[in-house]
Amino acid sequence: MRYFAVLILLLFPLVGHAQDWEDHQVFGSQNPTSTLRILSSTDTSFFAPIIENFIAQQPNIEVQYLVAGTTHLDEAFRQNPDQFDVVISSAMDLQLKLANDGLAARLDGISHPEWAQWRGSIFAFTTEPAAIVVNNEAFADLPIPATRQDLIEVLRANSETFMGKVGTYDVRQSGLGYLFATQDARASETFWRLMEVIGTLDAQLYCCSGDMIDDLMTGRILVAYNVLGSYALARSETKDMLTVILPSEFPTTMMRSALVSQSASQPALAEAFVDHLIRLQSDGGPQDFPLPPLGAFQDTTGRTSISLEPALMTYLDTLKRQTFIREWESAIIQQ
Amino acid sequence: MTEDVIVFGSLRNRLVVILTGGAALLAIILFLFVRGYATQIAQQGQDNILSASVSSILGTAALRDGNVELDFPYASLSMLNTPADDRVFYAIYADGELLSGYENLDVPQLQAGDEGTFASLTYYGAEIRVATATRTLIGADMPRQVSVSVAQTQDALSATLNRISSNVALFGAGFFALATALSFWATSTTIGQLHRLTEAVTRRGPQDLSPFSKPVPSEMAPLVVSLNTLMLRLDQSFKQSEEFIAEAAHRVRTPLATVRSYAEATLQRVQNLENRNALRAMVRAIDESSRAAGQLLDHAMVTFRSENLSLESFDLVELLGDLVRRMTPIAEMRDVILKLDAREPALMSGDPILLQNAFRNLVDNALKYAPSDTTITVHVHTTPTLSVSVKDQGAGFQADEIHKLARRFVRGSDTSDQIGSGLGLTIAQDVALAHGGKMILSNGRKGGACVTLQF
Repeated sequence: MRYFAVLILLLFPLVGHAQDWEDHQVFGSQNPTSTLRILSSTDTSFFAPIIENFIAQQPNIEVQYLVAGTTHLDEAFRQNPDQFDVVISSAMDLQLKLANDGLAARLDGISHPEWAQWRGSIFAFTTEPAAIVVNNEAFADLPIPATRQDLIEVLRANSETFMGKVGTYDVRQSGLGYLFATQDARASETFWRLMEVIGTLDAQLYCCSGDMIDDLMTGRILVAYNVLGSYALARSETKDMLTVILPSEFPTTMMRSALVSQSASQPALAEAFVDHLIRLQSDGGPQDFPLPPLGAFQDTTGRTSISLEPALMTYLDTLKRQTFIREWESAIIQQ
Repeated sequence: MTEDVIVFGSLRNRLVVILTGGAALLAIILFLFVRGYATQIAQQGQDNILSASVSSILGTAALRDGNVELDFPYASLSMLNTPADDRVFYAIYADGELLSGYENLDVPQLQAGDEGTFASLTYYGAEIRVATATRTLIGADMPRQVSVSVAQTQDALSATLNRISSNVALFGAGFFALATALSFWATSTTIGQLHRLTEAVTRRGPQDLSPFSKPVPSEMAPLVVSLNTLMLRLDQSFKQSEEFIAEAAHRVRTPLATVRSYAEATLQRVQNLENRNALRAMVRAIDESSRAAGQLLDHAMVTFRSENLSLESFDLVELLGDLVRRMTPIAEMRDVILKLDAREPALMSGDPILLQNAFRNLVDNALKYAPSDTTITVHVHTTPTLSVSVKDQGAGFQADEIHKLARRFVRGSDTSDQIGSGLGLTIAQDVALAHGGKMILSNGRKGGACVTLQF
């Protein structure tokens, strides 16, 4: 009977594998003494150097890096919190709710600024803005919009050009997209007018920033709204095809954050990884830490990004979410 | 003397225990009271915020097409932000059915019209405080009752309380330390008065039975009054016995003189040798008694005059010269030379009658014990201090009893063949003491007794 239980436990990760992860990479030694399982919403390319750096200091370990969208990630982790040691996500609201629901472990050994952590359980390690990204070719004769209002005007004036060529997050699928949308809506009415304009142009809806940027490069779409600026910048450095615009009237910036599962099987290793992540964020160069570190995109007014506080759970409320999704759908899906 | 006193407990210890114990008790009461009060206020603060959050959520409740909708603002939960990052839970019920929020939040169910309530619960192992309020929405068909509960963990609250507790504990400890120091000071001041009285009693001379006149605290006044009364009675009884002795001696002396003269007269007439011897023994015994009575009178006189010493200035050498002149015939009768050795006048202030009496006793003693053909010298020294010594060339004092010869009625063991009462040296010593001096008994290097009165 015991062997049977062990067998089930051994097979559980395989069951996990069976889930359709966006990516699943294994780093580290061939004969590991312990395995650290990281569930993340961040593309592997950004995390590979960080993990390699960590493994260099911790011999005989294996790191399994599983990538999923923020909403999918949240569901997977809530179902099997003991299957994962570290959870990394850009959806701050979902991360905060995980901690509020007691699924995140308190890490008392880590020192981090008060504003970049919550309850010693969630540790933010990047500052990343939501950006408007445009295809340079399409905007060759058009003014590059600096604000959301500018974007509205450009789209309205050139509705034929942009029909079916504007992309944004599908807030029903993407946790990060929902976070950006709710924070935008909270900040200004402009968001709803923009959504209506995008809706009239037959908006293309995406699950992830990566896909949006891919389509921008191919010219499948010409404008993307609320794309992760860091992803776009990572590519526009090599290719001159895209322009990343941080809307100047109000920025929407989020912090990518990590937490350690309360029921992690490798709690010490998980804490060491989070500590390593935080250290690398402040001390490492772009080679070791390809993501924008904390405070990178804070604007001059001193206003920080979306702050880590219980109020983030407001839009996760069932009633609020229903209302918001209904309004969003009525704005953007105009059949 | 102290070993004879039965000691039970200590006033100082009792006072210190009562005062410090009281201070400790007060400090503890203070701590508990302030902490309890702080807890109440802090809890009230949290309750107020929870209540505001509940009202802001409940305020947005509306019926749309018969459905309850709550589009509550960001601030509803934002206001619950604390420095300790407290966890927040909420639950929204409509007619007892969970609309949204956390399940299993065991909130009190309210009826329509109930006031908002607060409760302390445990939710998945966390201590939480929950506020609940309810509101009735009037729809087209039927009224619906919406109930909102907002709960928060108490980490920030307990952090605040711990801070307050440690501050109050520090304050209480300070209070206790101060009160203890104060109680030690108060105790030693109080006990100090008793010490001063004790010292005043201890410092007194053996003859001093006068009442205490220094001011004492009112609590000690009865003690001092009793002490003074006791001493007055003691003094009176001393005086009575002295007077009695003097009176007795006086009354014995006159009949003794009569008896002696009869015995002398009879001795002249009686021829029988045996009878003459008997009469001589009789005269001798009468002389002894008479001398004892005289010395008793002298002693009583010395005691009286010492207590009421009247000082006058005079030349001690002149006084001694007079004494030597008057005693020379007696010395000559015994074939002893009596001489005064004084180089310069020695002025002193004192009672000449007492001093004369003292020196007469000393010379008398010397005459009694000095062998024939010897010299008795009365030396007067003026440096370093005024002192008079009477030296003879007799056998001297016995070394083993020299220290006790000055006591009353004590006589040397080798003096049984001499008439004496044992009061001579006592009188001389009393006079010396009354003049603030002392008497020293010693033996000369070449033998012979030496009595020195040093002033």
